[in-house]
Amino acid sequence: MKLILNDELIEENTLPSDFTALRYLREKRGLTGTKEGCASGDCGACTLLVGALEDGELTYSTLNSCITPMQSLTGKHVVSVEYLSKTGELHPAQQAMVESHGSQCGFCTPGFVLSLAGLYENKQSSEQPIDREAVCDAISGNLCRCTGYRPIIDAGLSMFKESMFKESMVKEPMIEGSNETPYVELMSKNDSIKTQLEGLQTEPHDSSNYLQPTDLEQLAHALKSNPAATLIAGGTDLMLENTQRYRDFDALIDVSCVAELKHLHIGETSLTIGASVTYSELEDFSKTLYPQMNALLSRIASRQIRNRGTIGGNVANASPIADLPPLLLAFDADIQLLKNDGSTRVVNIADFYQGYKQTQLAKDEMIASFDVSLDKLAQFHRFYKVSKRMEDDISSVMLAVRFEEKNGTLTDVRLAFGGMAATPIRGLKAEAALTGKLINDEQALNQSIEALRSELTPMSDMRASSNYRLDMACNLIRKAWLELNGTDVVTFSGHAVSDSILSTGSEASNHA
Amino acid sequence: MRKLPQDFTLGAKNAANNRLLPVHESAIKHVTGQAVYIDDMPEWPNELHVATGLSTEAHADIVSINLDKVRAYPGVVDVIVQADIPGEIDVSPVLSGDLLLAGDFVHFIGQSIFAVAATSLRAAKQAVALAQIEYKPREATLHPRQSLERQEFVLPTHTISCGDAKGALESAPNKLKSDMYIKGQEHFYLEGQISVATPNEDGGVQVFASSQHPAEVQKLVARVLGLPVAQVLVEVRRMGGGFGGKESQAAVLGCMAAVLAVRNRCPVKYRMPRQDDMVQTGKRHDFWNSYQVGFSDAGEILAAEYDMVGKCGCTADLSDGVVDRAMFHADNAYFLPNARISGYRGKTHTVSNTAFRGFGGPKGVLLAENVIEEIACAVGKDSLDIRKLNCYQTDKDTTPYGQKIDEDVLLTLIEELETSSDYRARREAINAFNKQNPFLKKGLALTPVKFGISFTSKHLNQGGALLHIYTDGSVHVSHGGTEMGQGLYTKVAQIVAKAFGIDYQRVNVGSTRTDKVPNASPTAASAGTDLNGMAALDAAMTIKGRLQEFAMEHFAIAADAFAIEDDQVILGSEIMSFPEFIKLAYMNRVSLSSTGFYKTPKIGYDRKAAKGRPFLYFANGAAVAEVIVDTFTGEYKVTQVDILHDVGDSINADIDIGQIEGAFVQGMGWLTSEELSWDDKGRITTNSPANYKIPTSADIPEKFTVKLFDRSNSEESVYRSKAVGEPPLMLGISVWCALKDACASVADHKISPPLAVPATPEAVFYAMQAAQNHKAGVNGEVAKEASL
Ligand SMILES: Cc1cc2nc3c(=O)[nH]c(=O)nc-3n(C[C@H](O)[C@H](O)[C@H](O)COP(=O)(O)OP(=O)(O)OC[C@H]3O[C@@H](n4cnc5c(N)ncnc54)[C@H](O)[C@@H]3O)c2cc1C
Ligand code: FES
Ligand code: FES
Repeated sequence: MKLILNDELIEENTLPSDFTALRYLREKRGLTGTKEGCASGDCGACTLLVGALEDGELTYSTLNSCITPMQSLTGKHVVSVEYLSKTGELHPAQQAMVESHGSQCGFCTPGFVLSLAGLYENKQSSEQPIDREAVCDAISGNLCRCTGYRPIIDAGLSMFKESMFKESMVKEPMIEGSNETPYVELMSKNDSIKTQLEGLQTEPHDSSNYLQPTDLEQLAHALKSNPAATLIAGGTDLMLENTQRYRDFDALIDVSCVAELKHLHIGETSLTIGASVTYSELEDFSKTLYPQMNALLSRIASRQIRNRGTIGGNVANASPIADLPPLLLAFDADIQLLKNDGSTRVVNIADFYQGYKQTQLAKDEMIASFDVSLDKLAQFHRFYKVSKRMEDDISSVMLAVRFEEKNGTLTDVRLAFGGMAATPIRGLKAEAALTGKLINDEQALNQSIEALRSELTPMSDMRASSNYRLDMACNLIRKAWLELNGTDVVTFSGHAVSDSILSTGSEASNHA
Repeated sequence: MRKLPQDFTLGAKNAANNRLLPVHESAIKHVTGQAVYIDDMPEWPNELHVATGLSTEAHADIVSINLDKVRAYPGVVDVIVQADIPGEIDVSPVLSGDLLLAGDFVHFIGQSIFAVAATSLRAAKQAVALAQIEYKPREATLHPRQSLERQEFVLPTHTISCGDAKGALESAPNKLKSDMYIKGQEHFYLEGQISVATPNEDGGVQVFASSQHPAEVQKLVARVLGLPVAQVLVEVRRMGGGFGGKESQAAVLGCMAAVLAVRNRCPVKYRMPRQDDMVQTGKRHDFWNSYQVGFSDAGEILAAEYDMVGKCGCTADLSDGVVDRAMFHADNAYFLPNARISGYRGKTHTVSNTAFRGFGGPKGVLLAENVIEEIACAVGKDSLDIRKLNCYQTDKDTTPYGQKIDEDVLLTLIEELETSSDYRARREAINAFNKQNPFLKKGLALTPVKFGISFTSKHLNQGGALLHIYTDGSVHVSHGGTEMGQGLYTKVAQIVAKAFGIDYQRVNVGSTRTDKVPNASPTAASAGTDLNGMAALDAAMTIKGRLQEFAMEHFAIAADAFAIEDDQVILGSEIMSFPEFIKLAYMNRVSLSSTGFYKTPKIGYDRKAAKGRPFLYFANGAAVAEVIVDTFTGEYKVTQVDILHDVGDSINADIDIGQIEGAFVQGMGWLTSEELSWDDKGRITTNSPANYKIPTSADIPEKFTVKLFDRSNSEESVYRSKAVGEPPLMLGISVWCALKDACASVADHKISPPLAVPATPEAVFYAMQAAQNHKAGVNGEVAKEASL
């Protein structure tokens, strides 16, 4: 394994396959600026920036080093907090954190600094302005127990003050202080790093216990020659086995770099999403094309996790509280499965889940991609996620709906839930009660809700009671139905509530 | 490009002395990753790592323990059980019952039964899973309600009363009777519990601890090793957060590491992975509060009877003080002419609950604010009017425990905030919004806090410091307080600089060590600056006195001709630099080192009479919170928060504001998204940040203002400042009350429906349902009557 760690070229050939980047930095390199707060991807104290070359461009994104195998970063530029001030100067993110009083106990601080430095890097290099939403997005996976975040958000906003942007684009500086323009050479423009990374592209990615194929051919070979190996994509589910249950893995096959599994394109009849597409990639892709999908994605995990977690991993992991399966169920997505021998078969998502954490996947099979019909994507659809916290929380209940309407009649209805059963599940009776009815038939709606009450019996756990889950499932169906019928309803997101909602009453209706 | 500043003093101007305020002394080290926490210290090649085997039963006899497989696991070097502890087995902070390792019975799930030292933490964790332990389960008490029924308490009940609560309640024209269950809170300090112990050449041990109370770690380590206390040295440079969770419960880690270090003659690190920390260490107490209140038609409280049962867990730990403080704060800002407040120390077979920012106080304050919301709905008034009506003021100035409120800050502060936050106009707008909008409901609340400052255990109200000046004029100050992010080191350095009249940069702060300042109190009760700042000030004044004496003699000048100002020494008509003058003093054999000491005056509480003055003064504040709720789901957003808080004359306004904001958000988290959950076996199911949700940056409102109330402390505290660590946590209660207000709006404020704590979306949803049902019920009756 070769990579660049800060400004050093590292070669390492003896690491266990599942040895985390966090442990590598702290235990093998004495880089203790990166902290462990949870080792489960939830707190962000371990955040690193990782630079990758793609089509000649060097781009940086954050990840949780506590659940990232070190070897998965082969060929990348790994940046820890120590790098940012290596010349004895503070990076703008660091400077702003100091000036805004963004640290108290300081334990969370390096993680925040990396998240903010990543934001700085990306916004500066794409010459985009920054706002509160962008800052909160960047630090969505960073917990701070001391400050209450206000000074950290201010730091995020003020690292751009008097930068290359027009003053009107950035917030007023919060603190009187130095008027010097915070400026730092952007990492993505660092030619020496770029050149070194280019050199590394030709190096083999595989080690004896960690295989990182980059195309289908290599993947097939890896699978065939290591039948006992475990698949890993982003590792955001799998690595918790390692860090929370102390399970040691032998060989790992990393599918996250297989080019064919990263396809994300709109074909003639369907949208194809490769299994190794990350949440962040799909989020970017869907921003203008599929805003509802985009809104759901912004509610999944945190920025750091979304940069790593994949759609394939989410579906294969088969958790009943995963957020993508209901969405795919709502669109009747087809799943392309790939066998060790290179052969493929298609299974509809409706047939994929067979019981708690059980799927149709055979031992020698993996998910290659998902196909979602464009026609269905064009129909009315909504995704609602209810959880205790807006950012980075697991669903108590999740509903994905799709209504196909023809001449005022509902011709096809999908009500797919997470958190309501041992698998992601459709409310078949509830769907049937609405199908063939007029879209504004409130009696049909009530029947649908009654049907749902009789067909699903969710469980109680620390996230929600069984009653609440059921009540939510019903209310969310009602909400979707009202939206379908043009009623103005609001669904909160992780962002601030807009002023228009705050000040005006939406149109009255006789919702009881 | 800017150089790493050595003398970084950016920040807002301090109005009082017109000087730039220092940022946190470690700010630059924090942002560069150079601040060293215990787990960051270089490890020795022979260092061992600890994991413990945990009880899986809440209450049981241990029938057998088989650790053969544990011992045989690769990497395991040592395995110990209770019998292997050389000294005492009890590591309780005050009383008894907390055992370093369980013996023949266990009393909570997660209790340590044996400990493993291995070459890596991973090996230790993998090994402990191989133990075979057989239990004979006993009946477990898991709920404070059961503790009360079974009269199972860790300590005796205490009652405070004034007037004739019973009589006044009976004759009151209006009454409320209900109860509320208040859930606890996980500390979730970002740095988990950790200690490293290294044996020394004299059979003693040095312990690096992440502890708010190094003197207690020292005492307990000595106890488990059977050594004199002087043979143990404990050092704390900083904690990655404490919040009370490292007041008593950090000691276990130091003790375990020390026992294994001495046995194996090598350094031993005991770091709890997050899940172990969340299972094995105590939290904020749950409280089950029952209340009966009598009030006039105007909403004036005439009588109150409160029964407050704290869920203390399996041992006393610090619960006596916690329950006392809950009782002392059940009045909050309101005068109770007739009251009986009883506090029960419920014993449950769960982890022993401990200190958490506010130390019981929040459970009293929340009760008081809940009562106000309910009275307001009962008499049909805005809750702010009820608050002002009942607020301590002239002739209504004595607490149930007999302490007089000397300052008239509360009402003034509330009214100032009422105006600056535009409360009344916003109330109108919200009422209009709620009338119009079928799916969204807004809520608003202004809640005050009055928080007593001083440890309720009188002897803890002392502080010590040690101050040296070196021949180049640099100053080193140590004190008994610990740094957990609250800025104590920064403030003490500022106090010393100000006392001498020298530059802040001259003052250096080091680690807190038990060999510099002995027998120090925990850094807790918000009293860190009050006690240690005063002690440092005392030390500084002692040395300054010597310097003055020397100057008078050496330069033959009058006492008032000597001064140190702006880092210059004024000697009559001469001026000398501070280093030059110090050098001269040294050459003339002036002692440049001193201890300092402080004990809080005036305080005393007579427990038998349940009367007295437990607090030197009160810190006050108020917050207005506005929320918006989605009635489909109970999900909500906090849309605006305005805070006005009383810190006396602030020593460092930036740090104080940081404390206020942080405490507010932590308090809000406790009451909203942070929900502890236990199964019916007594196992905690919220054992990870994956299922226990503290606020994130998206949970705080964009409109979030904090202002400091402009008034000096009337007591002679350090530079007339006031303690700030805990009080603003209770300002988070404004969010809970605003949510309750939004729920009440559904029933046109005819009732204030019970709202669970924390007010998760689920809780809010069902409170709204209750309000809706109430309204439907009432309307149904009206309709029925009309049709008759
Ligand atoms: C802090 C945190 C927050 C989270 N929040 C959410 C959330 O809000 N919503 C949500 O749904 N999930 C959430 N998750 C879960 C997780 O992020 C997702 O399930 C993610 O999509 C998993 O993808 P991955 O690439 O990381 O999978 P991995 O962990 O790499 O793999 C998961 C499993 O799938 C297998 N696998 C991976 N790729 C394939 C493939 N192509 N074919 C067959 N098998 C494969 C692996 O062998 C493994 O068993 C969260 C996780 C964390 C740590
Ligand atoms: S340590 Fe908490 S996210 Fe990695
Ligand atoms: S500063 Fe302590 S957790 Fe953020």
